[in-house]
Amino acid sequence: MSWVPTTETERREMLGVIGVQSIDELFEAIPPKVRLKSWNVPEGVSEMAVRDLLTRMAAKNPSDLTGFLGGGYYDHYIPAAVDALAGRQEFYTAYTPYQPECAQGTLQSIYEYQSAICRLTNMDFANASLYEGGTAIFEAATMSMRITRRRRIVCHSSVNPIYREQLRTHTSSMDVELVDGEDPAGAACVIVQNPSFLGALRDYTALGTACHEAGALLVVSFYPISLGLVKTPGEMGADIAIAEGQSLGIPLNFGGPYLGIMATRASHVRKMPGRIAAATQDAQGRRGFVLTLQAREQHIRRAKAMSNICSNQALCALRALIYLCLMGKEGLRDVARHCHAKSEYLKGLLGAGNILNDGPTFNEFAVRLKRPASETVGLMAKRGFLAGLPLASVGAGGPNDLLVAVTERRTRAELDAFAAALREVAWN
Amino acid sequence: MELIYDQSREGRRAITLDALDVPEAALPRDLLRTEAAGLPEVSELDVVRHFTRLSQLNFGIDSHFYPLGSCTMKYNPKIAEAVAALPGFAELHPHLSSDEALWAHCQGAFEVVYEVEELLAEIAGMKAVCLQPIAGAHGELAGTLLMAAYHRDKGHTHKKKIIIPDSAHGTNPASAAIAGFDIVEIPSTPDGAIDFDAYTAAMDDTVAGVMTTCPNTHGLFEPRILEIAALAHKHDALLYYDGANLNAIMGECRPGDLGFDVMHYNVHKTFATPHGMGGPGCGPVGVSERLVPYLPGPRVARREGRFVLETPPRSIGRMAPFFGNFMMAVRGYAYIRHLGNEGLKDVSRVAVLNANYIHARLKHAYTPAFAGRFMHECIFTAAAQAQKGARALDIAKALLDEGYHAPTVYFPLTVKESIMIEPTETESKETLDAFCDAMLRIATRIEEDPMAFRNSPTTMPVGRLDEVKAARDLNCVC
Repeated sequence: MSWVPTTETERREMLGVIGVQSIDELFEAIPPKVRLKSWNVPEGVSEMAVRDLLTRMAAKNPSDLTGFLGGGYYDHYIPAAVDALAGRQEFYTAYTPYQPECAQGTLQSIYEYQSAICRLTNMDFANASLYEGGTAIFEAATMSMRITRRRRIVCHSSVNPIYREQLRTHTSSMDVELVDGEDPAGAACVIVQNPSFLGALRDYTALGTACHEAGALLVVSFYPISLGLVKTPGEMGADIAIAEGQSLGIPLNFGGPYLGIMATRASHVRKMPGRIAAATQDAQGRRGFVLTLQAREQHIRRAKAMSNICSNQALCALRALIYLCLMGKEGLRDVARHCHAKSEYLKGLLGAGNILNDGPTFNEFAVRLKRPASETVGLMAKRGFLAGLPLASVGAGGPNDLLVAVTERRTRAELDAFAAALREVAWN
Repeated sequence: MELIYDQSREGRRAITLDALDVPEAALPRDLLRTEAAGLPEVSELDVVRHFTRLSQLNFGIDSHFYPLGSCTMKYNPKIAEAVAALPGFAELHPHLSSDEALWAHCQGAFEVVYEVEELLAEIAGMKAVCLQPIAGAHGELAGTLLMAAYHRDKGHTHKKKIIIPDSAHGTNPASAAIAGFDIVEIPSTPDGAIDFDAYTAAMDDTVAGVMTTCPNTHGLFEPRILEIAALAHKHDALLYYDGANLNAIMGECRPGDLGFDVMHYNVHKTFATPHGMGGPGCGPVGVSERLVPYLPGPRVARREGRFVLETPPRSIGRMAPFFGNFMMAVRGYAYIRHLGNEGLKDVSRVAVLNANYIHARLKHAYTPAFAGRFMHECIFTAAAQAQKGARALDIAKALLDEGYHAPTVYFPLTVKESIMIEPTETESKETLDAFCDAMLRIATRIEEDPMAFRNSPTTMPVGRLDEVKAARDLNCVC
């Protein structure tokens, strides 16, 4: 039960070279009174048994429901080539490119990822990625405080309530004032989300202008797939664009790993947290890539660093890059077009009177049912549907309100069947 | 290598969708982007070949020995990848956890969270563990926020300081600063230990906590750790364990038994989940009894044979949206269950054996940074070589040409021309011998010609890169 290759004979030889009698002798620095006598860790089992065990546990999570659940995390199609390429050991078993000469694959892919994000968002610079969408909001908030030297963070009601809770947790010991709304007066930034948590689309250009007149930054949290169609953070005048990147070729993974996307204006790049790759050259004039602006980071600045972050979700960023390359310019637009059209079709089937959004939505919308949403999703699961997110469960709506998301994976037949089932269950 | 963007040809496609089977729908014009995103127009084979070639420019653990000190680059077992790909985990929507009506559909995932948290707690002697923190540094932030919440709750408004040794990872002070603390840095002694006199002098009732690792970042078991803990507790300061070096002591002693109150684990180090070029990691936070009520929530609990979610009474709130990097926990669970009681103990025993073997083989050619017994990693200083003209950086680059990833160099900051070697337990004696032979060849060559490796590496896709130009031009986007 081990991946340790060292034989007993080799252990003895090695101890001889070291000049000790036993491995125990190597641990003599540990005070005897705290040496572990026993612990309650089960005995190891074979690889075969491990596979059986985990397969049984996975089977307790039925994955055959037709999904209409979103709320910030979406069931988009992932092309087979994403797994095939991101599963190459040269990517997933490598580490941070501390030695750039033997990590050009990593560094060039980060450079290409940063470029893809800027092309997607119309922003000037992107970092190599952050943890996920919620912590990206925290990083954007503290970045705004560094730039403006202000301490008020305004967070708009459009923002995912889970992200808002994360922002509260992360800033709980900081000298910061968290305010709801969209008034930029005296603020470091106003943080908005487009589409909103309830799916509503809005053009934040005017708010961006108001922010800039008030000396505040506009931070836009976006949904990457929507940018196949929707006006970009850059076009709206955002100073910092952030996102949960899960929709770009990353499985739902029951919450992680995911991808925190961050991009900004050229004027703010030196205040941006996280790793950044840059092109340069060697002595022979060959192009190569390195991590740059590292003087901002914790391993040099320590307590005065831009952030404590010391990793990036490189493998997830690679998946996002490969996804964007496979879909390409036209493909991403098609995915967005399908998501939107199918969502509009479902809205039509469910009846405009039941939809809570009064303006345009992208691929997600809230409906008011005639019975509690929580009860409804339980009943719908019995009919083979993952019907959506009961909004009360995340404090974003009343007991009968349900958030429904539609991706390109849903067929017309599924939409028809879903609408019929939901009508029977929730409006009867 | 050519950029993927340079391979773009107008009209070329890789993945396409079926024709839309519902009516087209239009969005208001003012909500639309004005032009399509400038993504590459390439074929699937273009993409596959490009990224395959890019991958071939990398060293990974499967192809190369990767003795990066402090990073624990052990073999990442394939079974962990196989179980993480199970659709019952990979396709599972996290919002299934948001409403009680859907908990029946994620009981297996809750069970993984519960089991991993229990096992990690037992392995390190903690009362409870929370999987939410997404990476080691995020775990540090969770831990320092827990310390802040605890002291706030107890009315300890005077506790503003955190003591951190100068050898600590940079993330320690960076995390503690976000949690609102002032950092007091204390020096190390010439033999690599925390300077106990300086520590005693710095300790008073304004100290909220002490952050350290054990073995410390010098690879040495902290000789006075029990006294350090006792003094901290006397002043009601909490002791934080940076789990970076847990691979050295697993099954030999436990941070909880040493007196640590709060810690993070690096599942990607100790429990062998892939480092993924720099992430995703997984940095669960573990606590002693008095900090349990403050843990991030919601947390998985077992009630009457089923798994449910509960939020601790004084929870600091969510660090992550759900259960952190859940898929890393699945991999870690497979690792722990396969190795089990005896296997986990052997991990640390052989990790320490291997590091001491490398130390024994190299100690006459390179100067050990400290005289004491190293644990799972050994640190040399290339100061003598540097005086002749061959810096630690040159040695690192020479190793690339020998087919090895370089050890960590220039960390910890307390050692001049530091070369930090962590072989891990999964490398064979043959690999260690071949690596030592290469290190010795390099040392001999430096004796003959200190400038021999000035232009190394010469066999990589690129030579040494101009970092000044990179920062000046800031060409980060195309």
